[in-house]
Amino acid sequence: MKQSLTIAKRELGSFFSSPVFYVVCAVFLIIYGFIFFNILNYFSLQSLQASQFQGMDAGFNLNEMVIEPSLQNMAVILLLIIPIITMRSFSEEKKTKTINLLLSSPIHLKEIVAGKFLACMAVVTVMLLLSSYSVLFLLAIGKPEIGPVASGYLGLWLMAGCYISAGVFASSLTDNQIIAAVVGFGFTLFMWIIGWGAQAAGPGFGELLKFLSLVDHLERFLKGIVDSSDAIYYLTFIVFGLFLTHRVLDSKRWR
Amino acid sequence: MIEVENLSKSYGPRQAIKNICFQVNKGEVVGFLGPNGAGKTTTMNILCCLIPASQGTARICGHDIFERSLQIRKIIGFLPETPPLYAEMTVAGFLAFAARIRLVPANKTAAAADRVLEKCRIQDVRHRIIGRLSKGYQQRVGLAQAMIHDPQILILDEPTTGLDPIQIIEIRKLIKDLASSHTIILSSHILPEVTQICQRVIIINEGEIAAMDSLDGLTSAMRKSERLHLKTRNAPPGAAERLRQLRRVISVRPEDRGQFLIECELDSGLQDEVARLALEDRWGIVELKPVALTLEDIFLKLTTEEGGPHHETIPDHR
Repeated sequence: MKQSLTIAKRELGSFFSSPVFYVVCAVFLIIYGFIFFNILNYFSLQSLQASQFQGMDAGFNLNEMVIEPSLQNMAVILLLIIPIITMRSFSEEKKTKTINLLLSSPIHLKEIVAGKFLACMAVVTVMLLLSSYSVLFLLAIGKPEIGPVASGYLGLWLMAGCYISAGVFASSLTDNQIIAAVVGFGFTLFMWIIGWGAQAAGPGFGELLKFLSLVDHLERFLKGIVDSSDAIYYLTFIVFGLFLTHRVLDSKRWR
Repeated sequence: MIEVENLSKSYGPRQAIKNICFQVNKGEVVGFLGPNGAGKTTTMNILCCLIPASQGTARICGHDIFERSLQIRKIIGFLPETPPLYAEMTVAGFLAFAARIRLVPANKTAAAADRVLEKCRIQDVRHRIIGRLSKGYQQRVGLAQAMIHDPQILILDEPTTGLDPIQIIEIRKLIKDLASSHTIILSSHILPEVTQICQRVIIINEGEIAAMDSLDGLTSAMRKSERLHLKTRNAPPGAAERLRQLRRVISVRPEDRGQFLIECELDSGLQDEVARLALEDRWGIVELKPVALTLEDIFLKLTTEEGGPHHETIPDHR
């Protein structure tokens, strides 16, 4: 597994030396900042009104009314942005033929796949950490509960892992980065909305579709509930995506 | 060291290589020669475990390329047709990365990098970004990454393409230096290159081995006629016609200013006849010498002969 760290390290180096990362990160932070600001503004307006009319704190909750919707929105922004981060992972290597260096080296394919995944994961972790200024801000001006914030971030982080896993898989299919991004995006969006089919599908199958949906599992994390079944769902999703990536790349050796 | 048995590869309906068999012994430098699309790259990619063969197998140092590909990847160094370089990295950073994924122990990485930097003469660009280097330097960095783990076998796919003449000479010299300690397979479509570097030549055409021998062996096996070059001071206009009338002469091609290229049957001892004729008629003979068949002639003969290459004409050196 040491080799996957080597690969991840190299991958990160090229992320940080290319403008893509900085542009993506800036766009992410600007949009998230805008959303956060507006949610916070709405919250303060409402609590002001409530205190005027009823003369009392209506039990408004920072966690429920600011952090939860903010993180929910962040999940959507990540859905749009992560395919841009993952699209280059294998597509670019295929295009520039550098993949031959990796494949002719005495390292296992799974180490290569894991390395790519870890690098993207590190990038997204950096982005999530940068976005946490919003929570620090709330800590400075109010008293949000830290537990649900932590579990919400954990849920987002795991969900981002799923996006990355799907994106890396899409990237392994093609040497065209745009196709990789579009397929990765389409795949994650589909997994996001797959629960909508529940009604049409009928009771039994519908439950399954609901369970497969990425977004349903996030709800509980955002509310502060860390259910092992949700965590296991995300981890399984990640591993399955990486497994498919491995199969696609491996098939080059026997196809 | 390398044994290839009945290797075939098809891409859909198109057969890239058909039943290729050859062996490479330890310490040999073998040249793959063939026109574009002959199957050189396919063969090399299969040997480096990048793509599978459709049929047949190959063993490198006793390891089967399908079953023990990891072992094989430890002992080969591969320079693909397009050098696999990360354009945004520095030369030193890239070589350090290459060393690590080729499993060079961490405490020997620096020494290994220094060794290949020196061998490929790229010390002075070690801190530069690869993407900004000239093609020649990039090619050398590509060669450096192939040697970083000091492999027993080097597989070099067209190592001199895209280089200027001086760089070509340098790379050839480098490969010659490496030949003393490595087994090398290299491919090329440049004939003089192969004549200069390789001890043995495998000529591939349309996915099949057209010939495989040492250079001398190939030259003598392919010789179906002899050629003489005659240079005179003042041969009369009818001289070519006179030469043609000699026994066992196949053709006479007049070249400029009293020079002729005479093709005749093997071992015809024609020199005497030609010399006598030239002396008697006072053509003023300046030079009369046999012309050796160049690899280029052999190559053209093998790859353009009617109906493609014939198996009967394969001279086997064993």
